[in-house]
Amino acid sequence: MSEVKKFMFVNRKAPYGTIYALESLEVVLITAAFDQDVSLVFLDDGVYQLKKGQQTKGIETKNFSPAYRALDGYDIEKLYVEKESMEARGLSEEDLLVDVTVLSRAEMGELMDQQDVVLSF
Amino acid sequence: MANIEVDGKSYETDEEGYLINLADWNADVANYIAGTENINMTEQHWEVINFLREYFEEYQIAPAVRVLTKAIGKKLGAEKGTSEYLYGLFPYGPGKQACKIAGLPKPTGCV
Amino acid sequence: MLHIINKSPLTNGALDSCLRVAQSGDILLIEDAVVAATTGNVCAAKLQEAMGRCKVYVLQPDLDARGFGDRLLEGVSSVDYGGFVELTASNKNCQSWL
Repeated sequence: MSEVKKFMFVNRKAPYGTIYALESLEVVLITAAFDQDVSLVFLDDGVYQLKKGQQTKGIETKNFSPAYRALDGYDIEKLYVEKESMEARGLSEEDLLVDVTVLSRAEMGELMDQQDVVLSF
Repeated sequence: MANIEVDGKSYETDEEGYLINLADWNADVANYIAGTENINMTEQHWEVINFLREYFEEYQIAPAVRVLTKAIGKKLGAEKGTSEYLYGLFPYGPGKQACKIAGLPKPTGCV
Repeated sequence: MLHIINKSPLTNGALDSCLRVAQSGDILLIEDAVVAATTGNVCAAKLQEAMGRCKVYVLQPDLDARGFGDRLLEGVSSVDYGGFVELTASNKNCQSWL
């Protein structure tokens, strides 16, 4: 068995407008099978992916936001949101559909530095 | 695209036999698909199928086998939360085969 | 850590976000992002400010292609493709910002 690597997925796009958010989620779910150290970061518009109460019926698109609540069952427990990104969008932790760790910009930068692999979406 | 015929009614499936419309699913369709997989549905099979339906209802994804195994163990008892038990019920894989019978899409990352 | 940016900061927030969180390390501007490191560009000031914490590089062929070969901002280092490879090899990890 090879050693465990630190994988970070950086999500910076809102859901539905582009395919990035959904693609990232799918890659994350697949990565979970490899027993690596996985972190998810929500930065800039990526924070919108975690907004509670998404209703996609009217745009005839699958609402994939419930899947973020399944991540815990996939042993993916490291979810980070950058404070400024969240606040700039008028959001607080209560607006998010999962528990996250809120980081300052400096803490976020340090966390990125510690990774072995960083994937941007 | 393909179609299956159950009790005179036609249902759309993909080329691998997964239902296209989740809402089409019912017990008869499940039994029919199970038949095409050479599975005789027992109470134990239904426990897993119903669990998968509930899981999908809540999270909108079909769980990976590892996740399913763990969750089944929690819900139905540790003796059932093993891959031996689940593969015993669904020899071609609890993800692939059970999801098909449950009318769900193939789990993400399932090859 | 190496941060790679490939979009113009005038149309895309990647550079801003990168400069916001990156506390140290290298930043490489390629493709449309090279304009951030040209004299007179509105982004020049924030790039210069970031140079106190990070080292900024620009991919020269992309700068040349856009007619900015002679307008590189002071303090920014220019690299060729070989230099690009060296940067990715010398850093522990890298992030290609989308």
